[in-house]
Amino acid sequence: MSEHIVSLKVYFTIFLSLMVGTALTVWAGLQDFPGPLNVIVALTIAVIKATLVVLYFMHVRYSSRLIWVVFAAALFWLGILFALTFGDYWTRGWL
Amino acid sequence: MAAAVEHEVSHPALQHHFDNLEQQREAGTLGMWVFLVTEIMFFGGMFLAYTLYRSKFPDAFASASNHLSLPLGAVNTVVLIVSSLTMALAVYSAQVGKRRNLILFLVLTIVLGSAFLGIKAVEYKDKYVDHLVPGKLLPGNAFSPVVAAHGDTDPHKLHMIGSATVKQVEMFYWIYFAMTGMHAIHMIIGVGLLLVLLYFSWRGRYGPEYHNPVEILGLYWHFVDIIWIFLFPLLYLLGRHLMHA
Repeated sequence: MSEHIVSLKVYFTIFLSLMVGTALTVWAGLQDFPGPLNVIVALTIAVIKATLVVLYFMHVRYSSRLIWVVFAAALFWLGILFALTFGDYWTRGWL
Repeated sequence: MAAAVEHEVSHPALQHHFDNLEQQREAGTLGMWVFLVTEIMFFGGMFLAYTLYRSKFPDAFASASNHLSLPLGAVNTVVLIVSSLTMALAVYSAQVGKRRNLILFLVLTIVLGSAFLGIKAVEYKDKYVDHLVPGKLLPGNAFSPVVAAHGDTDPHKLHMIGSATVKQVEMFYWIYFAMTGMHAIHMIIGVGLLLVLLYFSWRGRYGPEYHNPVEILGLYWHFVDIIWIFLFPLLYLLGRHLMHA
């Protein structure tokens, strides 16, 4: 697999999207959304921004399967960390 | 002679245990990704602590968060994203063999990274002045913020929301300093490594055939950017909307 050179156009498009995302997250943070919507909006924007950085700035979109597996493993173990811990805390009141 | 044929396009940067530069590049990139996985788990633990304590003390976390400077936090987010762009452009310049651009973008990334750290230092100083450094980490400046009375708008005092207590606010600041502090240490290491890259770029070591060090430091730099992409809304923006509620 030979190296893929990401074009300047892609870099600048991603950069602009990240800037828009930052402006959007500040704006959303100052709005009074009902219930837990503020957190959901903030985290959704953050996840989208992080995904853009990983796929394009970090070249994962153009990387080998092996890199995908390594990155997916990190997310998987992170999921276990959160799921088991909160599985414990949330169910303590059931006893 | 077989070895000589294999290393037909031998490059001074090619290490003897790799067949060719392509294999060396893939191994280096994979190595950095494995390191980043450990970093995700490391920061993941702190994000877990944040989530847990925030769900326990929502009012205190909102009160404490409102004391952080939103303008400084937002400016730092922009600074860091621009530095990610300049880092990506440095990698691009190395790939297409433009040494002058590579040096320029590395310098810009170093300047932006240092600007981020400078702004962070200003914020830390504000917290020090308001006695918001948790515990007794700093001798003679124990955690002892002044709680504002109702109607008092002094920005140096703590403005409590709902059932928040000072002890719970201290928990927020433990997490704030642990997370932003670890992030800042990563930035300092990143700037240090960028200076090393700058030196070797100046010497003309990197070009279209060999630039893996630039590429994998780019991965590290973007990772540190991603951590901040999550820290900014979680630390600076939560509870902003409760200010006028």
